[in-house]
Amino acid sequence: MLSYLIKRVLWMIPLLVGISLISFFIMHLAPGDITATEASFNPKASEESRQKLRELYNLDKPVIVQYGLWLKRMSNLDFGTSFASHQRPVFLDRKDKDGNVAKGMIEEALPITLLINLLSLGLIISIALPLGVISAVKQNQLADRSITIFVFIGFAIPSFWLALLLMYWTGVLHSWLPISGLHSVGFEKLPWLFQQIDMLKHLALPVFISAITGLAGISLFVRNGMLDVLFQDYITTARAKGLSENTVIYGHALRNALLPLITLLGLSIPGLIGGSVIAESIFAIQGMGKIFYDAVLMRDFPVIMGILTIGSALTLLGNLFADLAYAWADPRVRRGVAT
Amino acid sequence: MLKIKSKYLTTFKFASKKWSKLFVVTLALSACGQATNDVTTNYEQTYPTQKGGTLIDAMIGEPSGLIAMTAGEAAASAIASNIFNSLLKYDKNLELTGELAESWKISNDQKTITFTLKPNLKWADNKPLTSADVLFTWKLVTDEKTHTPYGSDYKLVTSAEAPDTRTFRVTYSQAYAPALESWAGLQILPQHLLKDQDINTTAFARHPVGSNYYQLDKWQDGERISLVRNPNATQGQANIDHLVSRFIPDKASQFLELLADNIDVMGLNPIQYARIIPARQDITNKIALYKELGNSYTYLGFNLKHQPFNDIKVRQAINYAIDKQELIDGVLLGLGEPVAAPYKPGTRWVNPELKPYPYDPNKAKALLREAGFVDTNGDGVLERNGKPFTFEILTNQNKEREMSAVLIQRRLKEVGIDVKIRVIEWASFISRFIKTGDFDAVVLGWSLSLDPDQYNIWHSSQQAPGQFNFIGYHNPKVDELLEQGRLELDPDKRMKIYHEFSKILLEDSPVVYLSAGYGLSAIHKRVKGIPNPAPPAGVSYNSYEWYIPEQLRRNEISQ
Repeated sequence: MLSYLIKRVLWMIPLLVGISLISFFIMHLAPGDITATEASFNPKASEESRQKLRELYNLDKPVIVQYGLWLKRMSNLDFGTSFASHQRPVFLDRKDKDGNVAKGMIEEALPITLLINLLSLGLIISIALPLGVISAVKQNQLADRSITIFVFIGFAIPSFWLALLLMYWTGVLHSWLPISGLHSVGFEKLPWLFQQIDMLKHLALPVFISAITGLAGISLFVRNGMLDVLFQDYITTARAKGLSENTVIYGHALRNALLPLITLLGLSIPGLIGGSVIAESIFAIQGMGKIFYDAVLMRDFPVIMGILTIGSALTLLGNLFADLAYAWADPRVRRGVAT
Repeated sequence: MLKIKSKYLTTFKFASKKWSKLFVVTLALSACGQATNDVTTNYEQTYPTQKGGTLIDAMIGEPSGLIAMTAGEAAASAIASNIFNSLLKYDKNLELTGELAESWKISNDQKTITFTLKPNLKWADNKPLTSADVLFTWKLVTDEKTHTPYGSDYKLVTSAEAPDTRTFRVTYSQAYAPALESWAGLQILPQHLLKDQDINTTAFARHPVGSNYYQLDKWQDGERISLVRNPNATQGQANIDHLVSRFIPDKASQFLELLADNIDVMGLNPIQYARIIPARQDITNKIALYKELGNSYTYLGFNLKHQPFNDIKVRQAINYAIDKQELIDGVLLGLGEPVAAPYKPGTRWVNPELKPYPYDPNKAKALLREAGFVDTNGDGVLERNGKPFTFEILTNQNKEREMSAVLIQRRLKEVGIDVKIRVIEWASFISRFIKTGDFDAVVLGWSLSLDPDQYNIWHSSQQAPGQFNFIGYHNPKVDELLEQGRLELDPDKRMKIYHEFSKILLEDSPVVYLSAGYGLSAIHKRVKGIPNPAPPAGVSYNSYEWYIPEQLRRNEISQ
């Protein structure tokens, strides 16, 4: 088992290098660099000064040399500094000699995105699980049909549109919830408890919006998993033993139907740190999606590469965890891994 | 002691109990917030000027730092201009006047400018602000190691000196008329705080100390920057105590925040200004609309190195064939003006004799015929030497430019020109097409500059890749005028030169001026003291005089 784990982790290194190489070259396929952004299309900014900037950022060197420089820095786990954001460190905070801290872009954005996505994943599971079970048990009846229609509406509805409507309804018409941002103006003057409540109120809409689109996937997955299981022999046996319907469904059927969900959750780990550009822009939240999108528009190469690298590392780790969890949950797989 | 003035509880009931527990928990928590003002508040009556209060505005991006020379974005300069001063500034009629400088003198040979600073200037941290700081800032902006695209104007200075604490003198190798204006664009930084720092990475960019009306109070990353009145301000004391800029990237969300009374100022698009707000009495009761001359114009520019745009008749024909009023009405909902020169309407640089090309399709057809274009095969598209007149208009992802291109396409079809449109993301647009000269025509914008010098855009020497005369305009007479204009410091003589320049430019028609849109903004009626109608410099030129009467202030969480 341990050697399996070590092998898997070691395999990740060449994989990551390969991913980063491909990403780096694809990134450079798009024309333009940081000196071709809107702010620089200003007659006061001369071509010589822009050429000078290009040299300072090594953008005048061949792509393969730039990749080499990047890889060299990365081998010390140095993600570099952003071109566009006043040399802010890409990943972690940096302290200068006077003790001033320059905040890391990813270090700052990641917790917010993670918080929103974890809350919404929790919400999705707590809603989608019972919906899926009901759908399966009442297959092709009214309840099943209405649930399926409901989750598909949630899936298909343009989230920015729903978000704006809800913002108008809960924020402008009724003043129940704040409209955008994560904290109220004057947040720092509130007592601790009210700060938490203030933050929860700000999170309510973004979490709800990001959950409603994700309901369909998991609820249909659970429904199909349950349907597969419900007609197995051991369910018939359980019923024949005279167990109550609840015990049969929740004790026997659901447990087996949930196995594939582990893989699904493992695969959703990169999504957890991904963030959504549209939702983050609308709700004015500086999360991973927004900083990645801005970095692409600004051709801010260190930030793009930083996010891609961390994203792919987490994806690989997510796969690994999913496999391990699967082995833990399913004895058949466990035996396969051991041998 | 902590006191919360307004507090109310909200509960949220959700229809289905079974699976909505989490949802209800997140939503139904009680909270304290800011109540909206009573709808019956009378915003119309007059209130005496009062100090205090908070003004909240919204911007679409967060600045990367507050040192304008290294940051570069619009968001950074907007906030930095409240914190820092320059030697000079533009007054409400867009004439240069002193800011930190009390006066300035130009030597007889026009090569030396001597600035005298106002007496007893101070930084927000109480240290004296002297000409040594100005000299230090000049050294920074011209330093090879400084990451700034804006150094070129200042590198023309051959020697700079600060002989005493109030005198700053710069000498140029030859007279350079835009020099004066350049000193309105350089924000002076404190030497005592930046002396041993690397300007590109210094923490000062996020903890600035300046000399203008406001100083930084708190920078909440990703959310807002709060400024507080600077007691040592060099220009006097502003009325409003706190300025808060919230970063809300989405314009629709900004608009909802405005409706919910959470922000006081935002820029509007023409639809919000002309259609949405006027239709809603509940909004017009509390929000006032302002319009001012915009800062840029939109144009259709030709690649003059490509056939047939090297032919002046073809360019003039296209100019006659485009209905500018239609563009203003259709794209800007009437909220713009046609221009006939690349200068801000109402300023002295605009030649009053010049009129935009009228919409005249018959004249356009006649000119095209003279240029040799005839529809020989009857397909509705003109040909010359067997080749149909067809070209592509490129533009970047900008709704107003895309719509303009579509209207142009239709009008040109009527005179027999087949136009295709291609919309490209900005960085690709610049690198792949503009720099390489690989385009027929573009719809883009230039700023309506305050200094009349436009050497970088129109002089024939500025055509190298990455330079701004990318359309390849070359007219020896214009070159001469542009060179003369740079050497002439007398405003009246200068004006004549640029009037002549705009006249030739209009006749040559290397670009078709489409429109100059207005800057549109909405400001909450609780804010008083705003000039209406706006002077040429715009509504915010006197924002230090704005005030918010106590009765109209937001219920704030206060200590």
